[in-house]
Amino acid sequence: MEPRVIASKKEFTLKGLFLQWEWLLVLLMMAVFILNMNLSEYFLDYNNLRDATMGFLDKAFIVLPMVFIILMGDIDISVGSIVALSSVIMADLYNHGVPMELAVVICLAVGALCGWINGMLIVRFKELSSVIVTLATMIIYRGIAYILLEDQASGNFPSWFKFLGWDYVGGIPFILIAFALAVAIFAYLLHKTTFGRKVYAIGNNPTAALYSGVRVDRIKVIVFTLAGLMAAVTALFLTSRMGSTRPNIATGYELEVIAMVVLGGVSTAGGKGRMIGAILAVFLIGFLRYGLGLVNVSAQSLLIILGLLLIVAVAIPQLKMRVGAGRKTT
Amino acid sequence: MKSVTQPAVQNAGNAGAGARQERISVSAMIAKFRELGLLAFIILMSLGVQLRNPSFLTWENINDIATNTAILAILSVGMMLVIITRGIDLSIGATLALSGMVAAFTVKQMPDMHPLLVLAIGIGVGLLCGMVLGVLVAWVNILPIIATLGMMNVFRGLTFETSGGKWVSAHQMPASFKEIATGSLLGINNLIAIAIVIYIAAYYFVSYTRTGRRIYAIGSNPDSAVISGIRTGRILWLVYTVMGGLAGLAGVLWVSKFASAQGDTASGYELSVIAACVLGGVSIAGGVGKISGIILGSILLGILNNAMPMINVSPFWQMFIQGSIILIAVLINAMVKRGLDRNNLMRRKI
Repeated sequence: MEPRVIASKKEFTLKGLFLQWEWLLVLLMMAVFILNMNLSEYFLDYNNLRDATMGFLDKAFIVLPMVFIILMGDIDISVGSIVALSSVIMADLYNHGVPMELAVVICLAVGALCGWINGMLIVRFKELSSVIVTLATMIIYRGIAYILLEDQASGNFPSWFKFLGWDYVGGIPFILIAFALAVAIFAYLLHKTTFGRKVYAIGNNPTAALYSGVRVDRIKVIVFTLAGLMAAVTALFLTSRMGSTRPNIATGYELEVIAMVVLGGVSTAGGKGRMIGAILAVFLIGFLRYGLGLVNVSAQSLLIILGLLLIVAVAIPQLKMRVGAGRKTT
Repeated sequence: MKSVTQPAVQNAGNAGAGARQERISVSAMIAKFRELGLLAFIILMSLGVQLRNPSFLTWENINDIATNTAILAILSVGMMLVIITRGIDLSIGATLALSGMVAAFTVKQMPDMHPLLVLAIGIGVGLLCGMVLGVLVAWVNILPIIATLGMMNVFRGLTFETSGGKWVSAHQMPASFKEIATGSLLGINNLIAIAIVIYIAAYYFVSYTRTGRRIYAIGSNPDSAVISGIRTGRILWLVYTVMGGLAGLAGVLWVSKFASAQGDTASGYELSVIAACVLGGVSIAGGVGKISGIILGSILLGILNNAMPMINVSPFWQMFIQGSIILIAVLINAMVKRGLDRNNLMRRKI
């Protein structure tokens, strides 16, 4: 195996600048815009585009910590269930007389707790992959949501709660501002702090990272807890947008989130990828979805497109690597 | 070493123990008598349920459990092979639905088609799905979880597309098709008979054929498997194709049994199958898994699913219980393996 170097700074070349994955995404984004503009005349409208972001940005909050998780070579497929559980607990508490402010705090706490449990299980039982642990907790968390609410919906939130999902601040949707803030924090954490560098180190070689004094377990637990917390943030925005909640909300979010992250150029083998790619992918998939929705493409066809997009996004770097390796040996 | 097959571990243990006094630890006991333990648990649970609800251990209900478990058991065989190679397949629920839907649509259009031909169509669709997945995992090198998560949505979407969102209901299916599941062969229900045949074939395959043993070799240690000349790609592809074929077969059986094909047929069923496998001692870390284990795992899960409504457990608890079973089973598997490894380390001659 070739040694991999985590470059502290990329050497600047013009060719390197344009051959980056992110540029491919920008091109794809342009393609999506041109396609959508031709499909529907309503697509390129400032108000429409602005309001479309309110529709798809809720799950984007989970994308941020998921970048960390996939960078470490792990995966978390329980995030959709965490969204459902924290949302259901919040609604249930509120409807049993707990003040909404407190219910919101508890919602965040539940999300963080779920993530923490995932993290603890993964670091305590190293022989288990994060796939199986989060698969099990995925069922358990949603199972608890079903136990609490059965097949009921719960809602009747106070009117101020609607603000999160529906209102504007200075003409810009609140969710967009919140997302920008979250992006700033997570991008800073990943690219400008030692914490972020350690995440890269773990992704490249966990054993080497451990022997160089990186507290691998602690970082993993923190990252998984963050994922749970951000899933709860998603739960807040989603619940506010829908006005009520059910145990089956956010089904399949894990697929979309993971698709966005790998489409953003984060390698599933760990250690490679940047925050900016994932953010671009969020908007790429979001606008694609919004545009195809305008021309009545069914939800099922969207599922197919999304699945294929995920596969293609992972396949391209793998195939590229194969071609590169072939050249080297011959 | 972390990754050795279970028989190998036990052999090494026995060799070391010859010199010293035999000391059997708890984890070694569990590993050795896992099947017996599962069996005892199944019997105890059945007796407990029987006390609460006397109609549990009636011939009719047992027959019911057996036919219900047959489909789960068939799928478990494929899933065991996949998990042994350190993979996982989340797409089988969707594959099952797709092949069931295609088969149902075919018989709806051509009611006098021979049932065996319908079965072949279903299996064909499943094989095709499995082949695609196999190529993605084996040669494109995509992580199984990502590949199957993506294809799960593609297959599920295709199911909706082929049916146009409609169902195929019982009255649209000819009697000959429904008889696939209700008919019997030599006095045994077809479903059970098919499951038994598959289990015998699978037992022979994993225990006595070269390809079968190579599957274990890949799961135990992929690197050394490659070095010893095993064509890993081919075996991986084969494993996912077999899984797809079994899911296709299960799809036809499912649709024939419940006499209805829907877009969301069997969604989430892959989780039950994975649960049956880990309950049966198939290790997620790869290389470990026995046919006898997954039979018992499937039966235990089948009984649980049947018994819970009978003792008035709310259906809304089922998901939680199933998830907890998976988690507890994998945790126990991990602990047992730890104990075994520690034991072997102690007994090693230095």
